[in-house]
Amino acid sequence: MKRRDFLKTSGALIVSFAAVDVAQPLRAAFAQGPFDTRNSGVDPKQLDNWIAVNADGTVTAYTGKCELGQGIMTAQMQLVAEELGVPLSRVKLVQCDTAVCPDQGTTSGSQSTPTNFNERNLAQAAATAREALMQLASQRLGAPSDRLTVAGGVVSVRGDAAKHVSYGELVGGRKFNLTVNAAAKRRTPDQWAILGKPAMRADMVAMATGTLEYVQNVRVPGMLHGRVVRPPSHGATVVSVDEASVRAMPGVVKVVTCKNFVGVVAEKPWQAIQAARALKVNWSGGETIPPHATFYDYLRKQPSRDAVVINSRDVEAKLTASQSTLKATYLYPYQMHGSMGTSCAVADVQGNTAIVWSSTQSAYPTRSGVAMVLGIPAENVHVIFTRGSGCYGINGADTVSYDAALLSHAVGKPVKVQLSRQDEMAWENYGFATVIDQRAGVDASGAIAAWDCESWSVSKGGRPGYNQPGNVVTGELVGFEPATITPRGAAEPTGELRNGSNAVPSYVVGCISGKCGGAGAVKSERVLTHTIRSPFYTGPLRSPARLQNTFAHECFMDEIAAHVKADPVEYRLKHLSEPRLVDVVKAVAKAANWQPRAFPNRGNAGRGIATVAYEGDNGYVAMIAEVSVDAATGRVHVKRIVVAQDCGPISNPDGMKNQIEGGALQGLSRALGEEVTWDDHKVTSIDWRTYHSLPLGFDVPVIESVLINRAGVEATGAGETAITLVAAAVGNAIFDATGARIRQVPFTPERVKTAIAGNPAKSQA
Amino acid sequence: MNITLTVNGRAQTVDVDPATPLLYVLSDELGLRGPKFGCGLGQCGACAAIVNGRAVRSCVTPVSTVANAQITTLEGLGTPEKPHPIQQAFIDEQAAQCGYCLNGVILTAKAYLDQNPKASDADVQQALSTVLCRCFTNTRMLRAIKKYQEKRS
Repeated sequence: MKRRDFLKTSGALIVSFAAVDVAQPLRAAFAQGPFDTRNSGVDPKQLDNWIAVNADGTVTAYTGKCELGQGIMTAQMQLVAEELGVPLSRVKLVQCDTAVCPDQGTTSGSQSTPTNFNERNLAQAAATAREALMQLASQRLGAPSDRLTVAGGVVSVRGDAAKHVSYGELVGGRKFNLTVNAAAKRRTPDQWAILGKPAMRADMVAMATGTLEYVQNVRVPGMLHGRVVRPPSHGATVVSVDEASVRAMPGVVKVVTCKNFVGVVAEKPWQAIQAARALKVNWSGGETIPPHATFYDYLRKQPSRDAVVINSRDVEAKLTASQSTLKATYLYPYQMHGSMGTSCAVADVQGNTAIVWSSTQSAYPTRSGVAMVLGIPAENVHVIFTRGSGCYGINGADTVSYDAALLSHAVGKPVKVQLSRQDEMAWENYGFATVIDQRAGVDASGAIAAWDCESWSVSKGGRPGYNQPGNVVTGELVGFEPATITPRGAAEPTGELRNGSNAVPSYVVGCISGKCGGAGAVKSERVLTHTIRSPFYTGPLRSPARLQNTFAHECFMDEIAAHVKADPVEYRLKHLSEPRLVDVVKAVAKAANWQPRAFPNRGNAGRGIATVAYEGDNGYVAMIAEVSVDAATGRVHVKRIVVAQDCGPISNPDGMKNQIEGGALQGLSRALGEEVTWDDHKVTSIDWRTYHSLPLGFDVPVIESVLINRAGVEATGAGETAITLVAAAVGNAIFDATGARIRQVPFTPERVKTAIAGNPAKSQA
Repeated sequence: MNITLTVNGRAQTVDVDPATPLLYVLSDELGLRGPKFGCGLGQCGACAAIVNGRAVRSCVTPVSTVANAQITTLEGLGTPEKPHPIQQAFIDEQAAQCGYCLNGVILTAKAYLDQNPKASDADVQQALSTVLCRCFTNTRMLRAIKKYQEKRS
């Protein structure tokens, strides 16, 4: 399922409450979905809820898609400036404040650009506003609209410069009282003056000078500081809390216990930290976690929820009839968001009303979640999105919003909570560990005759949405159930191919009942997925499942190419049908000056290619990585990464480059070092010594971006494209360099050495 | 206990437990936005402050050990209207995504280059090997630092 489809339907999810007494009277209020205004009070059909022209001619826009570091604030400001014909400097953007912004669900899934830059929502509101302003100007100036031009927020009559009127004079400070017009004409990319050009980040100066307010900087009069005390292991429950153990400590205001949620509130942050450390809590029980060393084998043996994504029903026969067959298994670990700053929120709960300053990606869902956790109506909760540390998916922002709300509720005063590094890392919603089995058959011509893929992945919790606060740790600690897996066999696919998780490789036709939605040529195809209950919370981590699947597909494609002694680029092109994917593969090969040569190259220097249609149709990207491998140490040095990307019309080319560069290096860190680890009872990767991120100072590869700016198509996301390819491109390059195939992420020096030992490099004849 | 600190050129007296890490004094008592909590373990750099010319990890530096020292935070370098040259280099290169790490990156690089103006790229890399940027804006940040180094020499 595509995440955007999920968002459309998530209001219908079955709700399971543990603490029914709290939630029951409010259930009706939570049965809302995104873009549903029943509970938001901000009607997205009303133009005034998106755009306001102020008396001084400045424009304030309201959005439900917020800045997480990816640059979407600036891009949305460009959009509004472009559509309205005002300078960028005169646009102000209010982001994800539930008192004034429309509910646009969650800022996630590379959906902010598709949602707000195509013919709907913010873009359409801005276009409506422009048409309304032109109409008003036409009346005021006594000239037909087609004779009017706009520059700098001033409308003038062509050929009669004396006749002009500013936006401020037309509506300044008053409401439009119009509904958003779905037919209002958008400016086209060939008319763009502000969009499509590199724009400086509107927040850059404040970030560089230490003046930007992050949620970690929010200060409210009378604010106290809270600290949570998490269980010693998953599933442990509170037996008793010895409040006397901290009563005499300086500054301690209160010890708060709510079912298995424990926290302390103190006057100062350092006091809260010390009290939380000193607090004696008697815990009992706790789950035993399946051993880390054999976890991938464990996954295969569990009851699972299955899905057949695609099935031509002839795969076994075609494999049997093939000239030769290949199989391989790929392993991908749990990884974490590992935000630079630990998650933080400030809550001010007074009676049955609450204000929460939060860096959540989901302002409205967090509003509902806080309401459920506190047992108050969602209407009484005001969530004010405030910038946080980059999150890359669901970090601790939602859970710490509940923490702050619970502690503030207990003391009746505003409370700030910032998680410890360990509490952030041990309890966040990890990216999915995944096992992927691949099989392929090759015909006499060397073409792929059949492709079979079967995967095992994990799930527990996830985004809380509007009605499942138990999907993150704090919600479960206070008694709400997390979403979990109900084992179920798979039904055959119906409808049309949905490749939102990139479970289906790009090289198959993707046909369901004669309708083919794949990007490739291989007709015999099957993809079967199993989802298993995870011992840890899981949730979307930048390119969720798409990265895991693409690692397996693109490495296996390389294995097949090597098997038939074909050039990896030519072999891909031979099996692709999607023109936009073909274009990016050709573009990246050209930019990297890829010429066919011996494959694998060996000699400890190599190159690897990978490509993907992100989520099937949300961005087209190809990457070539060039590496050298030290066979003695197993160390991989990535020298150069070239990326070609087509995400439709580009809003901010520099912003897109920044996303490509960051995605490429974050992908490299995940490919080379990052892995969640645990012992029998607890997570052991709890800081930057035990969870291995690439630092700022390492041998940073040269990164080159080729941006394919395609007009006439919808704009797609660009934040998760590059990262999806890195593990595959680097894995393929390691093979080219050494002849050794590495099928397990991360590519630690030990694993690379082991792979090389299993495939001793042969001297080239 | 009263402790006097000179922060961004201004002497300030705070009444705190002397074991309190400097970070909490800067961010909570003094309300500064530059230094940030990243790990509380001195592993990531987000909390960096320049103390008597050297970048220190304020999250593991008891405030009592820096009494009377000269302390500079990110907002003490320059202002939005008049950024310090290293801040300007970051602005020119658009070297940030979420910006949370910028405090540690900029202060660590500045303190290092002030002490080692002729440092090689490898030296700078080494100096930044205990600083994290989880958005991985490395290429732009290293370019900005290089620009600043060239400009200041």
